[in-house]
Amino acid sequence: MKNISKISKFFIASCLFITSHLGFGKDIIVTEGNSIKNAVESSSEGDRIMVSSGIYFESGIIITKKIELIGKDYPIVDGGSIGEIFTVKASGVVIKGFVVKNSGFSSLKDFAAIRVENSINCIIQDNKLINNYFGIYLAGANDCKVFNNEIISNAVKESASGNGIHLWKCDNILIKNNSVSGHRDGIYFEFVTHSKISENFSFNNIRYGLHFMFSNWDDYEYNVFSTNGAGVAVMYTKYVKMINNRFENNWGRPNSYGLLLKDISESFIFKNTFHKNTVGIFAEGVSKVNIEYNLFTENGYAAKILGNCTEDTIKANNFISNSFDISTNSSRNSNLFYGNYWDKNKGYDLNKDGFSDAPYRPVSMFSMMVEQTPESIFLLRSFLVNLLDLAEKVMPVIIPESLIDLNPRMEPVI
Amino acid sequence: MTTVKILKYVIYDILRSRIVIGYTILLFAVTYGIIYTGKDASKAIISLLNVVMLVVPLVSIIFGTIHFYNSREFMQMMLALPVKRKNIFWAEYLGLSFALSISFTLGVGLPLLIYGASAASLYLIFSGAALSFIFTSLSFLASVINNDKTRGIGLSLIIWFYTAIIFDAIVLMIYFLFSDYPLEKFTVIISALNPIDLARILVLLKMDISALMGYTGATLRLFFGSAFGTVFSFAFLIIWILAPTAIALKVFNRKNF
Repeated sequence: MKNISKISKFFIASCLFITSHLGFGKDIIVTEGNSIKNAVESSSEGDRIMVSSGIYFESGIIITKKIELIGKDYPIVDGGSIGEIFTVKASGVVIKGFVVKNSGFSSLKDFAAIRVENSINCIIQDNKLINNYFGIYLAGANDCKVFNNEIISNAVKESASGNGIHLWKCDNILIKNNSVSGHRDGIYFEFVTHSKISENFSFNNIRYGLHFMFSNWDDYEYNVFSTNGAGVAVMYTKYVKMINNRFENNWGRPNSYGLLLKDISESFIFKNTFHKNTVGIFAEGVSKVNIEYNLFTENGYAAKILGNCTEDTIKANNFISNSFDISTNSSRNSNLFYGNYWDKNKGYDLNKDGFSDAPYRPVSMFSMMVEQTPESIFLLRSFLVNLLDLAEKVMPVIIPESLIDLNPRMEPVI
Repeated sequence: MTTVKILKYVIYDILRSRIVIGYTILLFAVTYGIIYTGKDASKAIISLLNVVMLVVPLVSIIFGTIHFYNSREFMQMMLALPVKRKNIFWAEYLGLSFALSISFTLGVGLPLLIYGASAASLYLIFSGAALSFIFTSLSFLASVINNDKTRGIGLSLIIWFYTAIIFDAIVLMIYFLFSDYPLEKFTVIISALNPIDLARILVLLKMDISALMGYTGATLRLFFGSAFGTVFSFAFLIIWILAPTAIALKVFNRKNF
């Protein structure tokens, strides 16, 4: 009896094994010395190509069938600086576990390490992309996932470098847990909708950590953007949610922003941290945006909100140890400030409700002065400037009178 | 050698007056208070910066002037002996400025270092000590060119008032009136003309001014955004110590006591 049951178990198992191969394609194994390209060409729909570790000098691998490309122990695919390396033109393709190196560079074509074109349901995961022109390039792709990739390059000039993860005209994409550095823009979104960028780390890119244009209904959360040339730019977009991100160390250049907002409307900026940026948030033409529960620490300017921003709500944020909290270029204000914590506020709270009894004006006279004559920053923290700021707080003449937090908090919001 | 011998008496004299000890205790109390009540280190340094930039020059220049007039008889006595005038002057100057800068370093530096040294706090201690030297030498200059004590103290007060407040007011007015013109080179030049501004910038370069410099033109950013700015500030602080001392010494050498 024992033997029979063993045999029957074996039989069932092997049946399952065979059927699985018949129904869902077969495994093709590629070892060092053989060509991945040939394997891809000879494969059929639903196959799985397993590539063992080693170095493969190949480029121009074009995938037109629904196959899975899986690297075992990180095989290295070296493009030898010629053309594109992987080009996916079919849906449901998986590329996993490769080291992809040295794509070509061209001024006419955007060569990428991995490009996905007009496809759906593709997955790019666990790859290391080193020294490519563009890293992962999704054009006209829908419902794809890009996660756990490490993308490194060594861009020097803006005009001669590409983006780490580049998306153009996509819908419903997940970009998760990638690390991008040394590209022009870390992550680039143009005409991308209903997508999510989460838990990525974008640093040391020469322009923006994240560049975002004409992309509505997108969320980005729990990302860290650090030491990028100009921080993060979100432009010409509606309905974006930016939650729990960190924007830090964009320092010392005239365009060093934590977050640059240009023509944004009806969006949410919640619970983000802005630390050590020359400008935490730079807002131009921003309307109906809620900026709430964010933490601004040790920035040059926590927020520059230009005169063309309207109907925004700046509520319950913490402003701690910034040189200037709010700066503007206009004497009018059409945004709402309330319930923020300002560490420079010397208000009092007699009824002990946690809110200051006196309103607070977060714009200092000196910041208006610096806006007009940048060189006057030379007098920062001089005794005279402190004196004038105090006088101006009591009797506003230069600072926008309506830019006022009517009930600022006495203690930081937690 | 003679200088060192006289220096001993000068320091003995300064310590006997107990003002320097009181100054140390005051600075210690203020610094400790600011650190103890403040929530974070950078804020404490900013508050201290305001104290240092006002109090240190004022105390140095007033105490220096009073000390000089009070030691006139001592100096006259020394001049009757076969001692070079140069030696007497240096002993007086070094004795006083070391006493003041050491009491500053103890009063402000000790609590800061106990609290946790940062680049900014070290620069604050250095620039405070340098300001002690600078304003002592300015006080000697003021008292050496005035025989009358009241006039000497008056001139000292004017120097303090000018460097601490009026200079900045003039600069601010120039910025306001000439905001249409390029003011970058002007800023670099005027920053060298006032030791208090120079000292303040030296500390702020280690804090936040380097970030804010980004908004000005390239010259200023290059100048203060790099190590060169620090070297420049250091160099000019030293010039500010040496130049008034040299002039005062020259006048002192020919002075008819």
